Amino acid sequence: MSIKVAPVGNSRILSVGSYRPKRLVPNSEIVDRIDSTDEWIQQRTGIESRRFAGDDETVISMAKAACEIALKRAKLTIADIDTVILSTISYPFQAPSAATELINELGNPKAAAFDISAACAGFCYGVGMGSDLVRSGTSKNVLVIGVEKLSDYTDPDDRATAFIFADGAGAVVIGQSDEPRIAQTIWGSDADSRDAITLTPSFLDYKKNPTKGVADLGWPNISQQGQTVFRWAVYQMSKAGIKALEAAGITVDELGAFIPHQANIRIIETMAKEMKIPDSVLIADDIRTNGNTSAASIPLAMDRILEEHPELHGKLALLIGYGAGLVYAAQVVELPPRP
Amino acid sequence: MALAQADVLAGLKEIVEEVAGIPAATVEMDKNFTDDLDVDSLSMVEVVVAAEERFGVKIPDDSVTDLVTVGDAVNFIVNASK
Repeated sequence: MSIKVAPVGNSRILSVGSYRPKRLVPNSEIVDRIDSTDEWIQQRTGIESRRFAGDDETVISMAKAACEIALKRAKLTIADIDTVILSTISYPFQAPSAATELINELGNPKAAAFDISAACAGFCYGVGMGSDLVRSGTSKNVLVIGVEKLSDYTDPDDRATAFIFADGAGAVVIGQSDEPRIAQTIWGSDADSRDAITLTPSFLDYKKNPTKGVADLGWPNISQQGQTVFRWAVYQMSKAGIKALEAAGITVDELGAFIPHQANIRIIETMAKEMKIPDSVLIADDIRTNGNTSAASIPLAMDRILEEHPELHGKLALLIGYGAGLVYAAQVVELPPRP
Repeated sequence: MALAQADVLAGLKEIVEEVAGIPAATVEMDKNFTDDLDVDSLSMVEVVVAAEERFGVKIPDDSVTDLVTVGDAVNFIVNASK
């Protein structure tokens, strides 16, 4: 006896949308508390400014704004979306998921919806899953969102992180395609380096120590071992990127753009050098004015590079997400068509 | 077989020049990477990875912070090659 399955189809990114918080925060606002300078921050990270969300800009409101733009550009409504995959590490509730709050806000509370926890790799994890859900026939149109409000989890006095992390949201709609337009995802973990990026203490520490509070135990802010992360990101992620190109059956010179997670311009540039990315390929550098927005950084950078270089619509891009876990995912995609 | 100190220093001079743009002639055993040569923590990672490849040794992340001077790096690499 055999069971019925849909024939395997193809998928594509139909559109991208993003939301940048209103408040621009230049390095000059950060430096006094960490005894640093604008020049030092720019030299180490490439960051000139970032955006911090206000009280009225929540994980959900930012995600909603990005989704509404992506839906409009795809000429779809929320009713056309049957699946929502949201990546974040900064939604302040364990359950229910951010994705379910989002679909309620967007007006389709019946869609399948869930969150993924893959930190800065989360958007590429979502694209990989969204693409395969469409290809298998489980889903028809998938919203994949990366959204973070990392200013809530960043210590403004931490000299190693205060200037890095930021807020924002980006979303893509993945739908059916006549031809393959999202290649196989190369993904994995290096979980023996889990300690390289952490948010501690655990929430349970507050419960176990009821007489102590944030003043005693600290708040779960992000901390990271910069050199370890840099080494892993540059030298391991460039290998993942090359595998993703091989999986797509293309060479690096066939790319229109390289859109890696916007962690640090030095990582991006050294990674590009390792991968021998030619000058003809545009390299996303949204980090300069938007900081590191973890799961949101790739769709934010994608939207930005398409706005600045509209000729990239329909061209191939290599995406690489990597972060806390340590986890990573990379894939070659065809950038969405001109809306 | 252990590498010779002079050979490692010569190789390291080339690496530091290539990675950080510091003239090889200024890269001497007693120079501090950060204070004297302006090699920052991320460039140091590039130097270490290039040195690993060139000399066929492993320099773990935990050891990188101990390599304060050029001499520290040269001696670490010589010992690791034994």
